[in-house]
Amino acid sequence: MSALDSTSTILASGVRLTVPLALAACGEYVAERAGTMNISVEAMMLGSAFTSVATASATGSATLGLVVGLLTGLVIGAVHGNLSHRAQINTFVVGLVLNALVLGLTSFLITTQQFASHQVDLLSVPLLRDIPVIGAPLFSVRWPAYLLIPLVGLTWWLVERSRWGLELRAVGENPQAADVTGVKVNLRRRQALLWCGALAGLGGAYLAVGEVGSFNQNMTAGRGYIVIAAVIFGAWRLGRTLLGCLVFGVSDALRLALPPLGITLNAQLLVAAPYLLALLAMLLFTTQHREPAALGRPFERGST
Amino acid sequence: MSATASGPDPRTTRSPADDLGRRLLARLRPGPGGWLTAGFTLVLVAAALGVSAVLLMLTGASPSASVREIWTGSLANSTGWTTTLLNAAPLLLVAVGTCVCAAAGTFNIGQEGQVLIGGLAGAWVGLRLAMPGPMLVVVVLAAAAVGGGAWAALSALMYRFRRVNVAVSTLLMTFLALQLVTFAVSTRWFLQESAQGSSGIADAQSNPLPAGALLGGVGQYPSLQVNLGLFVALAAAVGVAVVLTRSRWGFRVRMVGLNPRTAQHTGVRVAALSGLTLTLSGAFAGLAGGLLLASPVSTNRLQSGLSDNVGWDGLLVALVARNRPLVAIPVSFVFAVLRSGGDFLSATGVPYYLVDIVKALLVLAFVVPPLLVNLVSGRRGARPSAAPAASVVPTEVKAAA
Repeated sequence: MSALDSTSTILASGVRLTVPLALAACGEYVAERAGTMNISVEAMMLGSAFTSVATASATGSATLGLVVGLLTGLVIGAVHGNLSHRAQINTFVVGLVLNALVLGLTSFLITTQQFASHQVDLLSVPLLRDIPVIGAPLFSVRWPAYLLIPLVGLTWWLVERSRWGLELRAVGENPQAADVTGVKVNLRRRQALLWCGALAGLGGAYLAVGEVGSFNQNMTAGRGYIVIAAVIFGAWRLGRTLLGCLVFGVSDALRLALPPLGITLNAQLLVAAPYLLALLAMLLFTTQHREPAALGRPFERGST
Repeated sequence: MSATASGPDPRTTRSPADDLGRRLLARLRPGPGGWLTAGFTLVLVAAALGVSAVLLMLTGASPSASVREIWTGSLANSTGWTTTLLNAAPLLLVAVGTCVCAAAGTFNIGQEGQVLIGGLAGAWVGLRLAMPGPMLVVVVLAAAAVGGGAWAALSALMYRFRRVNVAVSTLLMTFLALQLVTFAVSTRWFLQESAQGSSGIADAQSNPLPAGALLGGVGQYPSLQVNLGLFVALAAAVGVAVVLTRSRWGFRVRMVGLNPRTAQHTGVRVAALSGLTLTLSGAFAGLAGGLLLASPVSTNRLQSGLSDNVGWDGLLVALVARNRPLVAIPVSFVFAVLRSGGDFLSATGVPYYLVDIVKALLVLAFVVPPLLVNLVSGRRGARPSAAPAASVVPTEVKAAA
């Protein structure tokens, strides 16, 4: 295999691994800008991966599976939002329990059920796919991957340019002030979690019915936590977050692709890289006040 | 303030002449809204078990048979009891550690990693040091505690100097710990086992600990073995409960948890104290890792699967116990029953994961009610009674400045 071919292969697998991360990261980015440190993104991805495969198997339509996956993410987002921003339960507790619950549920159900394999179609852009090296990896992919482009744009516009997004950021930075100006703080946070759930659900469903075509036990295997690491690594800016997803996706692809090529890199270091980079980023960025000031702090009127 | 601090317990300001029985009774009586909380909890626990039963029926299994299997595997005979008690000890230790830092309002969710690092440190010491038997056990357990504590201390330092969110950093450190242990057990010069026989194949695990580094059992009953680890865990639970409620240090810790700003103004070194509690909580988790390594619950080898979710489960135990160390004793026992019964369950066709679902639902059933009560009972008016709830589910320690 020539060097160009293997570059193309690694790039293709990197893109495949990046897309679910990037979709979920768009959602997580919105949730964190609103002040929720949402660790149930893992549950959203895993749950939607399962329901999308189950739906695709039951109806024979992978597209329907994708839709149901998105809805699953929404439901988990709604549950998380109501528990942590209505009943005021610590958001980490809610996230941990949801992750444990969804992991247990999907593992239980997958060992008792059999699902037929379904996959969404490849969509190749004519002409562009013939570009050497980057053509095939970028322009001959499963069609939901192209949804990433409008969704990134929409996320950016929502957060940075819409009134809703302005209120959202205010809620993440200074909920007391936002509350005084009449913004419903906990409502905004719940809405942000719904957006997060929808996108993380889409990401999980893309992983299942888009790339793999089936579900296996704990198939996301901590990708939700990598998404969180990406948002932190991206210093709570959308562009850098997506760059982080690309770095983590490609490093994952390298881990899988390098040993057959005879290059030995420390596998554990590559697996640990996202978390290590996220920790380093947090150590570096905190003095620059990049993170939403009220991140992870519950809001209740009358308490500081 | 020092006068109050030296008193027995600031919450129950009774004269020392009060007899112990009345004090204990007063503690058992739920406070305002307590009956409602207890009622909600009962309803939700019933709902959790009901949902699990429905799930079993939907997948074609029998709930009553599953309960029977869990019973058979955990409590029906002395073998089951032995396994259950072996499982309970590390869970209890992790939960007790969680109670310590939760009392100071710090939220540690990286116990899984701290358990692993504890195991790593214990294995390293146990395999490298040549020492006479009983001393080696103590050294292995101490090294495990130090290892877990150091791992948590890194998070504490990150919070102290760079204000890195403790929950996030401990979570991320868990994944680093897992990779570090995987690296250790698959690297020849580190801790990987020596090659087996002529084939020269070595698995990704360490050599078994020498017999001198293993914790023995107590009692000469026919087949019931009570491992020494259980007594370590029980002593830790009682000790932490006493220290938190009866000592000056424990009072300061709880003050930091309830109101860091007040604590700061009364001269408590908030940052140092919350860092110390986080380190202690890591040390308890590390000790649990050492226990896993040195007791017959594992193969006495360091593996990346050594912790086997003990860290996560211990955290859930603390949540169900609402961060009270003494309550954690029965709760960790229940979770241990689920663990050892779950192994038995999987042998009969119902997936082990059923107990994971039950555990998660149980946690929800215990965490939700106090806040639900807050939500339904007039919101603003119920504010003062929210103080215990705040320590049940700690919020982040806010920057004291």
